[in-house]
Amino acid sequence: MTQQILNAIFIGSIYALFAVGYTLVFGVLDVLNLAHSAVFMLGAVITYSLVALHGMPFLPAAVIAVLVCGLLGLLIEFVALRPLRRRNAPPISALISTIGLALIFVAIVEQATPGSFFSWLWQDGANSVRFPAGTVPNPTFHVLGLTIEGTKLLILITAVVLMLVLGYVIRFTQMGRALRAVAENRRAATLLGIQVDRVFASTLFLSSALGGLAGLLFGLAISDISPYIGRDQVELKGLAVIVLGGMGSIPGAVLGGYLLGLIEVLAFVRFGSNVEAGVAFAALFLVLVLRPQGLFGAQLRERL
Amino acid sequence: MDFFIQLFTDPVGFYNQHELLIAQIGINAILAISLFVTFYSGQLSLANAGFMAIGAYTTVILSLYLPFPLPVNMLVGAVLAGLLGLVVGLPVLRLRGVFLAIATIGFVEALRLGVILNVPITGEGQGLKNPTADPLGGIVPILVSLPVLSYLIWRLTRTRLGQAWSAIREDELAASSNGINVPLYKMIAFVIGAVIAGYAGALETHINFFVDPTEYGVTRTIQILTFAVVGGTTNVFGPIVGAVFLTALPEIVRQFASYRDVVNGIILILVIIFRPQGIVGRGGLALIRPKWLPASWSARERPASAL
Repeated sequence: MTQQILNAIFIGSIYALFAVGYTLVFGVLDVLNLAHSAVFMLGAVITYSLVALHGMPFLPAAVIAVLVCGLLGLLIEFVALRPLRRRNAPPISALISTIGLALIFVAIVEQATPGSFFSWLWQDGANSVRFPAGTVPNPTFHVLGLTIEGTKLLILITAVVLMLVLGYVIRFTQMGRALRAVAENRRAATLLGIQVDRVFASTLFLSSALGGLAGLLFGLAISDISPYIGRDQVELKGLAVIVLGGMGSIPGAVLGGYLLGLIEVLAFVRFGSNVEAGVAFAALFLVLVLRPQGLFGAQLRERL
Repeated sequence: MDFFIQLFTDPVGFYNQHELLIAQIGINAILAISLFVTFYSGQLSLANAGFMAIGAYTTVILSLYLPFPLPVNMLVGAVLAGLLGLVVGLPVLRLRGVFLAIATIGFVEALRLGVILNVPITGEGQGLKNPTADPLGGIVPILVSLPVLSYLIWRLTRTRLGQAWSAIREDELAASSNGINVPLYKMIAFVIGAVIAGYAGALETHINFFVDPTEYGVTRTIQILTFAVVGGTTNVFGPIVGAVFLTALPEIVRQFASYRDVVNGIILILVIIFRPQGIVGRGGLALIRPKWLPASWSARERPASAL
């Protein structure tokens, strides 16, 4: 059982990291960015491509992948979001245009086979691959009868450190203040001289970089990299997480991530894997219907 | 090109050769109509794939275990989908905008992963064989249903009910202060959408020998949404045009068939940025107009669309 809870914490860290990026965009832009899961997938795919196809060591590959994912965030902003803001479209429009980008990203990877146009990025089409053995040293620790894999520990530490850094950035830096101001009231922020478009662009960069990082950590920990990991593994679970924590709340997303990890593991232990798959959506549905402001109430309601 | 040449020179041969494509176009068009009905009343509900699953599974299970004729089974499927729509709509329709979309996505996946994959009578993950399927005969009810349904819905949008939907879509608060019973009219739209989606699901199983649970996930709903948005949601013919266009496109331009999602994604983004009223809707392009472009190119007023 303790072992299972440990697993819940690992998978929860990835959910949390993914959901923080999701909720950041919702909090600042009031837009649900459904391309976030495609960026998550690309984070894993780009790292894999650099390591396995181009023979790069893991660490620089990961850094490059995270930066590229950040740039993809800018692409999302410039292609799918900014033109819609220019014509004052309702938020639903932005949701649909990001779906369009997600379709494109997934299809590009899915159709990439040896000899095709994108074969430098991916060669396995719709198949699932894993990092070559020994990409990252993976010592196993035995503590108090528990087995802890090195990579999972690494993931936990990375996730926690990054979330703390993000919290610091948002609370105490100039950029964070601008972000919160825009989230609170876009018009007032404009009047105060904040360059709102620039804040949006940096939000998308930050969010997508975190999403890409979550993706490559997922690829490392679960040993499953395919064009569909974003769509099948985290897109909708990420929605469940940010709904559990209250839409637009970063601490809520972190807590929600670990909570969902825990709920899933408990459902798995108690009822088996079939129920585990559906439990996130049942939770999502119930919370939205019974408590649309999220589980944690008013303290975390404040945006970001 | 051959596609069109054959369509005009040899329609019978075209029909025989492309029967499955035509059937799929018809089903997609009906599904797009089901999404259109809720969208017309200003709600983005993504629950259609779930209601479709209800229609499909009910029909097949009934024809496996009970001796009723197939049309009865299909109607029962559609009615059950409508009843479920009523039950789901009660709590969900209080939510607005993005939240409604998310809740309905949750419903679809909870139904598929939580219920269908866990109830033995649905064949769980293996799906169900459908012995009564009739791929060639199944196309006739589809081709009959589509014009009938689109006519009905088109008439419906012109009645008081349809006007109430329009009013709610444009401004919910104003509609309600003018004495429109907003929750009731939203619910009517939601249930009609559910019935049509369930019916489409039942029709679809009639041309396939197999009910596959993976067909009824969010991917399917997003496909339906794409049809409706690209075609346009200002009147019922938009979604139909969208479904025909996007379903036939990979057949027409064979070179892009494997990249169909890339093409769909690009079309979706272009439409939502430049033509939020869709292919069919009135008005010009919603451009941020550069000075050198004539004014007639850009839409002067916001088109009657929720996008």
